[in-house]
Amino acid sequence: MSDIAPRILSGVPVCGGIAIGPIHRLGSAEVGARQATGDPEAELAAFAAALSAAKAALEQLLESEDELAGEILEFQAILLEDPDLIEPMEATIRAGTAADAAWAEAMDAEIRAYRESGEAVLSARADDLADLKRRVLRALSGEAEEGAEVPGGAIVVAGELTPSAFLALDLGRVAGVATVGGSPTSHVSILARARGVNLVVGIAGADGLEEGVAAILDAGAGTLEVAPGVARLADAETARAEGASRREAAERHAREPAETADGVAVKVLVNIDDPAILETLDPAICDGVGLTRTEFLFKDGSPDEAAQLDFYRRLIAWADGRAVTIRTLDAGGDKPIPGITIDGEANPFLGVRGVRLSLARPDVFRTQLRALARAAADAPVPLKVMVPMVTVPAELEAARAILAEEVARLEGEGIPCAMPILGTMIEVPAAALTAADFDAGFYSIGSNDLVQYVTASARDNSAVAALADPLNPAVLELIARTVAAGAAGGVEVSLCGDMASSPRLAGTLLKAGLRVFSAAPAEVAAVKAAIREARTGADG
Amino acid sequence: MTDPITHDAADWVAGDAVILDPTGLHARPAVKLTKLAKTFAAAVEVRADGDERWVNAKSPNSVMKMKAAHGVPLHIRANGDDAADAVAALVALVERNFDV
Repeated sequence: MSDIAPRILSGVPVCGGIAIGPIHRLGSAEVGARQATGDPEAELAAFAAALSAAKAALEQLLESEDELAGEILEFQAILLEDPDLIEPMEATIRAGTAADAAWAEAMDAEIRAYRESGEAVLSARADDLADLKRRVLRALSGEAEEGAEVPGGAIVVAGELTPSAFLALDLGRVAGVATVGGSPTSHVSILARARGVNLVVGIAGADGLEEGVAAILDAGAGTLEVAPGVARLADAETARAEGASRREAAERHAREPAETADGVAVKVLVNIDDPAILETLDPAICDGVGLTRTEFLFKDGSPDEAAQLDFYRRLIAWADGRAVTIRTLDAGGDKPIPGITIDGEANPFLGVRGVRLSLARPDVFRTQLRALARAAADAPVPLKVMVPMVTVPAELEAARAILAEEVARLEGEGIPCAMPILGTMIEVPAAALTAADFDAGFYSIGSNDLVQYVTASARDNSAVAALADPLNPAVLELIARTVAAGAAGGVEVSLCGDMASSPRLAGTLLKAGLRVFSAAPAEVAAVKAAIREARTGADG
Repeated sequence: MTDPITHDAADWVAGDAVILDPTGLHARPAVKLTKLAKTFAAAVEVRADGDERWVNAKSPNSVMKMKAAHGVPLHIRANGDDAADAVAALVALVERNFDV
């Protein structure tokens, strides 16, 4: 394996830290062909046997799993005994269709219906159905379930990974997991977060790697480094050990408030970019929600008002009396949404994105604002809504005018609603330099875009990644100015980009005057720990 | 919040309960509801307020696909020997917030 060229593959970080180990490739999720018997009675018998084999396997898995995994597996198991689902399939088989074809066709239709429902809770279950479909097809073709014999300490690499294949891995022995497909919001990602598994998804080319090659998986950076040199391995091992012990110490104090070493109270909020994480995340670790990325609601098209309202209410109920901030749709740039964003822009990061798109497509914006105003009606503390990519005050005022129109319309219809607190994101340098000119209920600094625009370094171009430095003095100056404008005007300032999720930057942000951080759920404990060690004074 | 259990002309026994769970009737509650419904011989059906269609309460897939959010009244009806018991048990389960 010494003749393999070292290289670094990039993907999307999900959770965890650094893992070092040999690559182990999981077999494909494809199921081999099955020879149908051609006899409806024999097909029915094979179908029944496959269903009970699948059920037995699920029940065996269930015994060893925790609550979230249990919920996923239990839902799959009970579907195998669903009369509305199974009886029509049996009728199809009786009429001459092969068992595997009858099952696959009916399940595909269900998976489509779940996926296209526009409801986050339902579309998240589509993966479970796909998983179940594969499991029964495997039972029908007599194939064994994979995953049993992963070598200890390996970095498991797969094309697509289903929730049950993930759970079938001996996670205590696996160093990390890397997949070509998947997203940070998939069920596998949620399971991995809950279990502290190092996971990176979306790594193009990972499935072409050779079995047994040494690799470093950096789940914080989202990279898979293949065939690294001896010096790189040693560095990675040091970083891994340090990260592990730091994380362990921080987790013990995750639910305690964050106060700096010199006694200044700091709020640590959480970023929500996936509804399913609410099922596993304890709100007691944070002081509220500083950013809700609503783009996930739009991943299967524009959700209607009721579907959005359902999620916003669920989020507010989860927060249990803590403040909740929801960002209006931030599409465009590196987040295209079919049917909503504008295709073919020469320079999408400088084009019609964020609030620019919302004002250009007010129908989508109005639906979201109506749902938000309705959710605000029964929020225990005032709901905060923020608008992304604002450049000039007129954009915030245009958004406010539309919001006020929708509130008035709801009132006219006799539907309970309330005007949320309207804030602005500060991520365009022009806004950072003129923050005081915005009539905003709060400022939320979006450091990812602020860094990109201040350093003129595109977020999606790795060739300029080194220039996109959050510690560039110009970036820190703009953050400090925004904080100062907030202090002068009595406006709360928070920061919700990746900078707030980086423990190493906490001290710098505190010195810039920041007192409200909004971090990724997995980083809250580590950020709190870093704040406790830091001092706010310039001499610290 | 519960109406008294009523018998209608077509031998259906009916009852209502309001969904308390802030997340609505999603997977875990749907599984509990269908498991309980299956313990009765009677045909049991549910319908969220605002929906027109009754769905089989013994089908987790059908119950899951029903849109029943927090605060929505859930209508329950049953037809068969143990229909009254079935409706009472399901109403009680919803009112206990699915034993969460």
